[in-house]
Amino acid sequence: MYNLIPVFCARDIISLVRALPGSAAQGLIWGIMAIGVFLTFKILDFADLTVDGSFGTGGAVTVMLILAGYPPVAAVGIAFLAGILAGIVTGILHTVFGIPAILSGILSQIALYSVNLNISQGKANQAVSVDLYDLIVTGRNNPATILTVIIILALIIALLYWFFGTEIGFTIRATGCNENMSRAQGINTSIAKVVALAFSNGLVALAGGILSQYQGNFDVNMGRGAIVIGLASVIIGEVIGEALLGKRLNFSGRLAFVAIGSIIYYVVIQFVLWMGLPTIDMKLFSALVVAIFLAVPYMSGKSKNSYRKAVKK
Amino acid sequence: MLEINNIHKTFNLGTINEKKALNGVTLYLDEGDFVTVIGGNGAGKSTMLNAVAGVWPVDSGSIIIDGTDVTGLPEHKRASYLGRVFQDPMNGTTATMEIQENLALAARRGQRRGLKWGITKAERTRYRDIVKSLDLGLEDRMTSKVGLLSGGQRQALTLIMATLKKPKLLLLDEHTAALDPKTAAKVLELSDKIIAENHLTAMMVTHNMRDAIIHGNRLIMMNEGQIILDIRGTEKKKLSVEDLLQKFEEVSGEEFASDKALLG
Repeated sequence: MYNLIPVFCARDIISLVRALPGSAAQGLIWGIMAIGVFLTFKILDFADLTVDGSFGTGGAVTVMLILAGYPPVAAVGIAFLAGILAGIVTGILHTVFGIPAILSGILSQIALYSVNLNISQGKANQAVSVDLYDLIVTGRNNPATILTVIIILALIIALLYWFFGTEIGFTIRATGCNENMSRAQGINTSIAKVVALAFSNGLVALAGGILSQYQGNFDVNMGRGAIVIGLASVIIGEVIGEALLGKRLNFSGRLAFVAIGSIIYYVVIQFVLWMGLPTIDMKLFSALVVAIFLAVPYMSGKSKNSYRKAVKK
Repeated sequence: MLEINNIHKTFNLGTINEKKALNGVTLYLDEGDFVTVIGGNGAGKSTMLNAVAGVWPVDSGSIIIDGTDVTGLPEHKRASYLGRVFQDPMNGTTATMEIQENLALAARRGQRRGLKWGITKAERTRYRDIVKSLDLGLEDRMTSKVGLLSGGQRQALTLIMATLKKPKLLLLDEHTAALDPKTAAKVLELSDKIIAENHLTAMMVTHNMRDAIIHGNRLIMMNEGQIILDIRGTEKKKLSVEDLLQKFEEVSGEEFASDKALLG
């Protein structure tokens, strides 16, 4: 068997430990996006691929506004609104024009690639330096970033906890579970879907805006694969949350575990890179992780109920 | 209370699967009428209920509920006039929400929903009392997710949801067909009780002829998208399953197609 111990010893453990705060900071920022994915994927039961585009939209809007002299907090706020618009477009494609959910998201995502480049004045990369602007987070100061993002996450979780307890929040939860029943109870399911998609993409763009400040630039490819990271965080968070808390896992706990899932995802990525995985294979690795986490619950259910076992009994 | 004026509906018009589902249905219901609807498979019973509920628009004709023409209203807007229970117990409730949350959703049918709490403290107590008074054994499980309930319990809950806010018209679409006989009888009994206590106007589609005779004050029979028989009052009470089968043959010139109806 391949012995891992020499691999560990040959590498510098200190460098892994040093990278941890950065992974945690990035994981937390992506955690905001993952909560957005949770809203559509888990509550609305809608796999929304808009996020790969709207994440970049948040970055582009934030960086360009800061360069234009807006305060960074206001820039991120406007990025949130831009994300809401992107979500509304996907919602209209789906509810008004009857385009299937996945395809509506893909169409928005592709369109947003051009929109993002237009926002960044045609440049694939736009830098915003922490030396020139008073950014809310920066990669140079991970502890401060972690603290700031945790406060933002706490506010978002509190806001969502309240929102999904309201009458409108109830309509979204009901629509995600049973559309026929929702209409029979007088709920306009189209509006419920658009509201959820808007909120979700608003959060995704907000995360994009914060990440662009953290890394000091907007990159046109910064959102590529965001949906996979979001799904990975949602699923990892759910598995761990249920394992630790079981039935006591309530709604705000679920949201918090999504953010924790995102941190774990980044720490794992950091670890496999440290172990020697080439960076070009990272997306392949991410896709594998998500595929495995999505497959495990299905396969374990199947193995309990398999045709082959039925014969043996 | 309900006026259905000569409605028509054809599905898949112009294709090989074209199906004339409703072929000039006219029906007037007085306040407090409880009509049972019978007929063979594909006769248009559920289609008629769906037309009233606005699941899709009708091709022609009009539907008036309590003086309001609802022909042009989409399903979620008509919901304020209607209480509905479906054949599939999974269909009438939201599995991922609590029992009391489902009731709170139903209590707001026809109201503008805003940023007020989706369920209030006063409502929690009120729903508990309602569920307790109906003797379903669910009053201590009000915060359980509905997905954990049995089909019969879910159907009973749907019935309470449909009538929590008094509807102008209650539509029961074969709501006991998917339940075992004992549970079906219980749910029917509960339906009768709720309809009588609230003086509701109701339509109940059923495949079971005996149920159709025992329950309600009026019985209609459908065939090929039309109402072919309409019996009420004392004449209805004297009916037997054999009479109905015979009447069906007389009026339609065919034998009654459904085995289920005979076995009922």
